Amino acid sequence: MHRQLMKGNEAIIRSAILAGCRAFYGYPITPASEIAEAAAIYMPEAGGVFLQAESEVAAINMIYGAAAAGERAMTASSGPGISLMQEGVSYMAGAELPCVIVDITRAGPGLGNIASEQGDYHQVVKGGGHGNYRTLVLAPHSVQEMADLTALAFELADRYRNPVVVMADGFIGQMMEPVEFPTTATSPRIPKWAVAGTEESRGNLISSIHLEPDKQEAHERQLEAKYTIAQRREARAEEWWTDTADIVLVGYGIAARILKAVAAEARAEGLRVGVLRPITLFPFPAEHFRRAAAHAQVFLVVEMSNGQLLEDVRLALNGARPAEFLNRMGGNVPSHAEVLESVHSLAQQIPPAEERQGLVAHV
Amino acid sequence: MSEETEYEIALSRPKAFYSAFERKEELQHQTHYCPGCGHGIVHKMLAQAIDSLEIQNRTVLISPVGCSVFAYYYFDVGNIQAAHGRASAVATAVKRTRPDSIVISYQGDGDLAAIGSAEILHAANRGENITVIFVNNTIYSMTGGQVAPTTLLGQVSTTTPKGRQAGNEGYPLHVSELLATLQAPVYIERVGLGDNRQIAQAARAVRRAVENQARGLGFSFVEILSPCPTIWKMSPVEAQHWVRDVMEKTFPLGVLRDLIAQAEPRPVPRPAPSLDEIPRILGVAPPAPAASAERSSPKPASPLDLQVRVAGFGGQGVLLLGEMLAEAGLDAGLEVSWLPSYGPEMRSGTSNCHVRLAQEPVDSPLVAHPDVLVAMNEPSLIKFAATVRRGGWIVYNGEAVPAECPAEGVHILARPFTHIADELGDARAANMLMLGALLEIAGSLPQASVDAALMRLVKSPRWLELDERAMTRGRELFQEAFEGVRR
Repeated sequence: MHRQLMKGNEAIIRSAILAGCRAFYGYPITPASEIAEAAAIYMPEAGGVFLQAESEVAAINMIYGAAAAGERAMTASSGPGISLMQEGVSYMAGAELPCVIVDITRAGPGLGNIASEQGDYHQVVKGGGHGNYRTLVLAPHSVQEMADLTALAFELADRYRNPVVVMADGFIGQMMEPVEFPTTATSPRIPKWAVAGTEESRGNLISSIHLEPDKQEAHERQLEAKYTIAQRREARAEEWWTDTADIVLVGYGIAARILKAVAAEARAEGLRVGVLRPITLFPFPAEHFRRAAAHAQVFLVVEMSNGQLLEDVRLALNGARPAEFLNRMGGNVPSHAEVLESVHSLAQQIPPAEERQGLVAHV
Repeated sequence: MSEETEYEIALSRPKAFYSAFERKEELQHQTHYCPGCGHGIVHKMLAQAIDSLEIQNRTVLISPVGCSVFAYYYFDVGNIQAAHGRASAVATAVKRTRPDSIVISYQGDGDLAAIGSAEILHAANRGENITVIFVNNTIYSMTGGQVAPTTLLGQVSTTTPKGRQAGNEGYPLHVSELLATLQAPVYIERVGLGDNRQIAQAARAVRRAVENQARGLGFSFVEILSPCPTIWKMSPVEAQHWVRDVMEKTFPLGVLRDLIAQAEPRPVPRPAPSLDEIPRILGVAPPAPAASAERSSPKPASPLDLQVRVAGFGGQGVLLLGEMLAEAGLDAGLEVSWLPSYGPEMRSGTSNCHVRLAQEPVDSPLVAHPDVLVAMNEPSLIKFAATVRRGGWIVYNGEAVPAECPAEGVHILARPFTHIADELGDARAANMLMLGALLEIAGSLPQASVDAALMRLVKSPRWLELDERAMTRGRELFQEAFEGVRR
């Protein structure tokens, strides 16, 4: 085992290259720039392409070109840049091109500030561009996951021929933790559908146009079918003591780290508290929530945005259990103390176990 | 069979065209272009160039948004359809990923000169080894005839119903002249489809622009003044004459850049390293077995669980101090985290980081109540002193903790570390002095792990020596103050 201390943003690019990515096109933005800076060093060394584009709009369209030519390609940005890329993401989903987009989120709307926030949830998880499409979204909460989920993102992007977003807050990008990488690099073959400037690929076409409404509808239904399969197969979540929890804390990214610390302390106090951390935000791990709802009395959603995650949690719970809410915004992080206080307050509202005999959750 | 030999085929459908346009929904024997449209002529000269250069298998055509969006109906080459205005960005990446391909970006004037003006400018400025065919008909035709950057002054469009006015829409944009101000392009020419002589010249220009790429020379750009009888509301013949008699006055034909003779083929990218080399290139390969056996990680003498906050001015080495501690902890086989504060907490140029060393995986890397606060300046002390847990430590860079500072129930080591570091050789070594004291508090972290961290993070021999001395001095300062006291 060879563990190295490394920033999340630096782990991402190493993992991407090990996974066979050989094209990085990006545009500087805090707090994601280290990813481009690392790519500028390592991509050419590994025989790949690095180019700083004239804008995020150009960058995502370069990704479109590299992906169309059959290369594993990626970019990285933060909220304002992701907004600019949304047109290109829609085109890629429409043309069924794989790519990995890293969003190291910051506070907004507008220019906001460069501190950690999770306000990109809607624009990333719900598909911020035009039309009927989805992006698969992975939410690392550690440096190790920055590496592991980036590698997974390339696999999923190829498997579903669709953009995959790795969404982390600035803390996860900026912090250093021990990380371990695979000892071998992979080199995927050029996909059959790619336009690679070869005789075999001459008949291929990359396009998102279907002029006939029936054909366009069939295309969109086929995309939808892929997303349905992804929902069935790819939903991932981490469960910490949720099987014995009365109170389930819900959060992703840096918030989830705080929740784990709070849950550990609450458990030490004798409170039945667990953590449910979505790892995939789309597909949303609704099944995990339904399972947890069978035991839990209440869910507490802790996020660094205005209830964007809360909406999906409530949809997943479908009224089976209440979902309470604690959030901070603007670059502030929910403190250990305030989350613990909410847990204490919820614990007092939960009837003792003996009074709950016979009450069965209908989920 | 024998009579066939009596005829020589002088003109035939280029091989680079499909024989039937099967991607088209209906009327697969003809194009979707209007009678008299210039695109058909330009398509043909491009297909002929592909044929004559024998590059059909290598060619990738990027079609834009506009009337030529469906160029892939016709060209029997690799086809990629791009978003509006972005064809030259797409072309850039296709070419860079597949350097052996011949990438042709085919764009109209709305696409290239308006929404795609940034992408074409920068592709040209980078000297991408691509060919751009720019069909200029002064108008947005596909969307029904709105004003374009290339619309002539006075020309009526659906969005300039009284004609283009310089005071409102500005002047016709001369893209070729604009790109000719750049250093990188190898070849820029404006041609027309106004009569047969012009068409013959246009065909030569298109062929040259593609051939330049095949020879690896660099960015080639051909602007083609092209008729649009439908939107111009003219007959095909009138429209063709309008190109020659009217349009050409605003957009003079000619070569604006020709460096073909001087241009050197662009350097071929280095061959990619083998996959086996990648982990080493990325610096993630495990150390050779011999080396790792030699330096097996010493374990801490006793279980260690430590939460530290380091704070000070930017430039004091706050982050490095924290990183050194985390590296040492990792070397000693501990779980560690290092988290720099930024954003709101970084206001007024202060810098701080959270470091955790633990036996078990670190849950939250945020340190709310540190066991040790290393305060390298007074504002940091004032800000964080009250957060230190009872029984914890403050290491402060100053003669004494100010009386008003809330520091009850904590141990304090206050020394003018900057001054002491200055005497040791460099004031900037104050962080390592304070790290020395911190290591005494941490107690059980093996010196070998600290040395390993120092070697990893400090490369200059001068600083290595100074930092080692500073750390030792820091340990002594702690011992002098708290003899026999350990955390």
